[in-house]
Amino acid sequence: MLISNLEFLPDRKVVRHIGLVQGSSVRSKHVGRDMMAGLKNIFGGELKGYTELLHDSRVEATERMKEQAASIGANAVLNVRFSTSSIAAGAAEIFVYGTAVELADHV
Amino acid sequence: MFNLVVICILLLVGLVFGKMAEKKHLKSIIKRENQLNALPAIASRYPPSGDNVGPYRQLLVTGNVVIASDYFKTFLSGLINIFGGRVTPFESLLDRARREAMLRMKASADAVNAEFVFNVKYQTATIQQKGSGAIEVLAYGTALIPERR
Repeated sequence: MLISNLEFLPDRKVVRHIGLVQGSSVRSKHVGRDMMAGLKNIFGGELKGYTELLHDSRVEATERMKEQAASIGANAVLNVRFSTSSIAAGAAEIFVYGTAVELADHV
Repeated sequence: MFNLVVICILLLVGLVFGKMAEKKHLKSIIKRENQLNALPAIASRYPPSGDNVGPYRQLLVTGNVVIASDYFKTFLSGLINIFGGRVTPFESLLDRARREAMLRMKASADAVNAEFVFNVKYQTATIQQKGSGAIEVLAYGTALIPERR
């Protein structure tokens, strides 16, 4: 499964457009991490726990998008976009979406 | 009275540690930017064309970072909010976050021997917390990896 944020691939032909596919993931850290983050808000600096958390949920959201794309017979997802929204204190939703297509084999 | 003292201490701690953290971070950003200078990352939607573009494969690369504001910055921005104007304490925060995200994206492109990253997009989100905020910046783009057939 090929994932790309390009609208088309220069060396591959799109045989069939299938449609929009998406994946999302909502995650939060445990209270301890949130408290540490609260402390960091006094000192400033990177919140490594949250960086990891968001990275992991992005990977998961992408996996879900891939699953959906595979289930409708696509072999690639193009024009992939990421979006993030915080829905509650310490929880964030990661949303990934793109166009599922069927690509021809390498020329 | 006691509350005032606590706030003053927090402000001082935020000012001192925040400044230190910012200086240290900027220094490491500049160092790594120089190291990764040979790997261009551009916002153009199309790959570079020309005779020297051989067979390649492409990979979506990302880099993200969450950075918290310090107590002093948050307090200062609250003051600026009353009078209006440029919120410079947050400008430098966002600048650092963007550059860091870009660097991490470039580093992951470099790790797979990419020569070029294009169609780079930034995305910023506030990670909400009680009282003050932290921001997340994500940079993503398409890395071109030369392929020998």
